[in-house]
Amino acid sequence: MNPAALTSTTEAIDPVFMFIFGACLVLLLAITAVMLFFVIRYHRSRSPRPTSQVAGNLWLEIVWITLPTLLVLAMFYYGWAGYLSLRQVPAGALEVTATAQMWSWSFSYADGRTSNKLYVPVGQPVKVELVSRDVIHGFYLPAFRVKRDIVPGQKNQVWFVAGKPGSYDLFCSSYCGTNHSAMISTVEALPKAEFAAWLQNSGKGKTTGIDGKKLAEEQGCLGCHSLDGSSGAGPSFKGLYGAPRDDGKRRVVAEEAYLKESIREPGAFVVKGFQPIMPSFDHLSEEEVSALIEFIRSVK
Amino acid sequence: MTTAPPDNFWNDTGRTGISSWIFSTDHKRIGLLYFYSVLTFFLVGVALGLLLRIELMAPGRTIMGPQTYNALFTVHGVVMIFLFILPGFPGAFGNLVMPIQIGARDVAFPRLNLFSWWLYLAGAVIILVSLFTGGGAPDTGWTFYVPFSTRTGTNVSLAVVGVFILGFSAILTGVNFVTTIHRLRAEGMTWTRLPLFTWSLYATAWVQILATPILAITLVLIFSERVLGTGLFDPSRGGDPIMFQHLFWIYSHPAVYIMILPAMGIISDIIPVFSRKPIFGYKMIAFSSLAIAAAGSLVWGHHMFTSGMSDNAVLVFSFLTFIVAIPSAIKVFNWVSTLYKGSISLEAPMLFALSFILLFSIGGLTGLILGAAATDVHVHDTHFVVGHFHYVMFGGTGFAFFAAMHYWLPKFYGRTYSQRGAIVAWALMFVGFNVLYFSMKVLGMKGMPRRYYDYLPEFTTLNLVSTIGSWILAIGLLIMLMNLFRGLFRGTPFTGNPWGGATLEWSIPTPPPTENFIEEPVVTHGPYDFTGTGRP
Ligand code: HEM
Ligand SMILES: [Cu+2]
Repeated sequence: MNPAALTSTTEAIDPVFMFIFGACLVLLLAITAVMLFFVIRYHRSRSPRPTSQVAGNLWLEIVWITLPTLLVLAMFYYGWAGYLSLRQVPAGALEVTATAQMWSWSFSYADGRTSNKLYVPVGQPVKVELVSRDVIHGFYLPAFRVKRDIVPGQKNQVWFVAGKPGSYDLFCSSYCGTNHSAMISTVEALPKAEFAAWLQNSGKGKTTGIDGKKLAEEQGCLGCHSLDGSSGAGPSFKGLYGAPRDDGKRRVVAEEAYLKESIREPGAFVVKGFQPIMPSFDHLSEEEVSALIEFIRSVK
Repeated sequence: MTTAPPDNFWNDTGRTGISSWIFSTDHKRIGLLYFYSVLTFFLVGVALGLLLRIELMAPGRTIMGPQTYNALFTVHGVVMIFLFILPGFPGAFGNLVMPIQIGARDVAFPRLNLFSWWLYLAGAVIILVSLFTGGGAPDTGWTFYVPFSTRTGTNVSLAVVGVFILGFSAILTGVNFVTTIHRLRAEGMTWTRLPLFTWSLYATAWVQILATPILAITLVLIFSERVLGTGLFDPSRGGDPIMFQHLFWIYSHPAVYIMILPAMGIISDIIPVFSRKPIFGYKMIAFSSLAIAAAGSLVWGHHMFTSGMSDNAVLVFSFLTFIVAIPSAIKVFNWVSTLYKGSISLEAPMLFALSFILLFSIGGLTGLILGAAATDVHVHDTHFVVGHFHYVMFGGTGFAFFAAMHYWLPKFYGRTYSQRGAIVAWALMFVGFNVLYFSMKVLGMKGMPRRYYDYLPEFTTLNLVSTIGSWILAIGLLIMLMNLFRGLFRGTPFTGNPWGGATLEWSIPTPPPTENFIEEPVVTHGPYDFTGTGRP
């Protein structure tokens, strides 16, 4: 299994799966069949007395120690070889950074484009750098058989390549709290030209002011803060601007200064009834924070 | 003229009422205390499991919100692992039968034994209190992974204290059993005449003694992380969250063997009795228990193949995982060969024992898929894993526990249950079990992650099937318990040696006398030599 010869991670895993699964199935059926046969053949009604008192057989035991040993060593070897090909990123891979936080994804590309879906070109390997802003998450693409934990303070990465255009599930696989099961996104595999156009598009968007709504989506704010007044992991944005806030000790009004602090330093004031789980968004620029506040103000 | 009440442990002459139980140092009474405590927690765990399945019956919200779901699977896991399955076999059946099997009057330290039960109770109460106080029931999963467990506002600190105390209970039981088996064997009870259940408890006790302290340290570290902010696992302060996972699994993987070894032991005791033949390869089975206990302490890293641990570590842990699979396979072959040319009767204990072999094999074989590095990447943290460990822990240890209940409890009550009822219950449970958990394995292969409150539409059908399976299983379980307990309290008398067992517990009166043996036993034959046991 030479990784260079592989066209996809699926190809590295599936044959190993079939081999181990097949061997296990054969073993299981054999054990079950022999057991059932013995139980029927030597049932009391047919075999009122035991016809043997044999208590062991050295050769038989040697055989059934040796054969399974060889079998599991083969499984180990194929499993290891397949794993290695997941670990060796092919040359010429597109680099994307996936940032995970409770409970949203953000993907950023070399030229500064960010998105909450993972857009990739068909046919080109993609290397994803995994970054966590808070707890451990897991980057899991069932269709491509890849998974890697996203550990704060650690540099993990995965690679995969989409053979066909389409939309594929992307799950958070490592339990991360209340909305773990909602921390899902997709891989959008686009034909090369379309992908290039998509990437270009973003460049333009950046110079013409910042779209607060889009930013809120991309940063994953909307994973916890709804726009329709329903309470999620965090308070809804609807009607938030100008509303009174209470953390059990102090009362303030949600205006510029308060909202700014809440984005940059969420732990400083946690509204009663909510958990102190929001990560800090201190990496946003002054303009971006203003755009977000402008957007929040617009949600009435 | 008055006749003295028969000498059996139910007619204790010392204390009366409840205190004759909760302060008793008789291993049989302590065994029953454990039995009823772990059974209660098992039923609590089952109720929680059924609620989880109802929630997953359809996508979206069914009966609870995500936070409740997360708390419930955590509590389900903690209760099943720490309050049912870990203390279950050693505490209940280890206490009830092991001293009798070796020809002893009690364990080596009867008072310490009682203290272990009290510690168990204290730990359990603290865990229960943690559910309803502070920030509410823990929502970390039974694995308590950092940094989530250090940040969550739920009552993790108290729950961790509870588990810590349970750990001490386990260590003390381990020390007690090792000493008992070394020092209190009757005359003629050589190591190669020890029943295999006792052998397996011996191996288990060593794991309890050696591995549990690491759990204790890990729990102390979570506690200090939360309360003192030590930062050992916090990367922004030079700590490492992966370190926690190593510590956690260095204990928790060997703990899997605390769960399964005694179950293998009881299966090795039951199969010969109901086949009327000596166990095939006695020495190999006894030795493989020790081999599993030893090698099993070196494979913890297979829980962490995707964590970012180095590839060299993945190589070594995957290799060792396959090595430790071999002794388990040997045991399966030995059990099946014991049936050969026997005279097999399919009473309830045997049915549970035979289905143990199948379910445990399915669990073990799917373990190979998890042990191979490449395939683990795909199914790690999915419902495949949930299916896998239920096959091992519930299909394995759980079914062995039911086998033990049907095999030994009549001995202690002097009354027995209806075979027909037990067989109906067994059939329902066996079918329900496979529908419930096999669906989960398929869901996992299709990519459904575990600990998911909600799921995408493509997973709907199998989740519904799985939930229906849980109901069939629950009905079977209910019938089994009603039939069993009706039998134990009001059933037909059970005297002598109806199963025809050759181990010492079958040589004493039923129910056992307070001191077990009326005169000091002298052992003259092996545990599976059935000549003269009444059955052909
Ligand atoms: C009727 C019986 C049972 C049902 C219906 C059931 C169902 C479930 C379900 C639905 C989950 C959570 C899946 C997820 O969202 O990830 C789960 C997790 C679990 N179950 Fe069970 N289960 C049952 C019995 C048992 C038994 C007997 C044991 C152990 C002896 C056990 C041990 C566990 C453990 C350790 C977890 C993992 C909890 C975690 O992720 O932290 N269960 N079970
Ligand atoms: Cu996550």
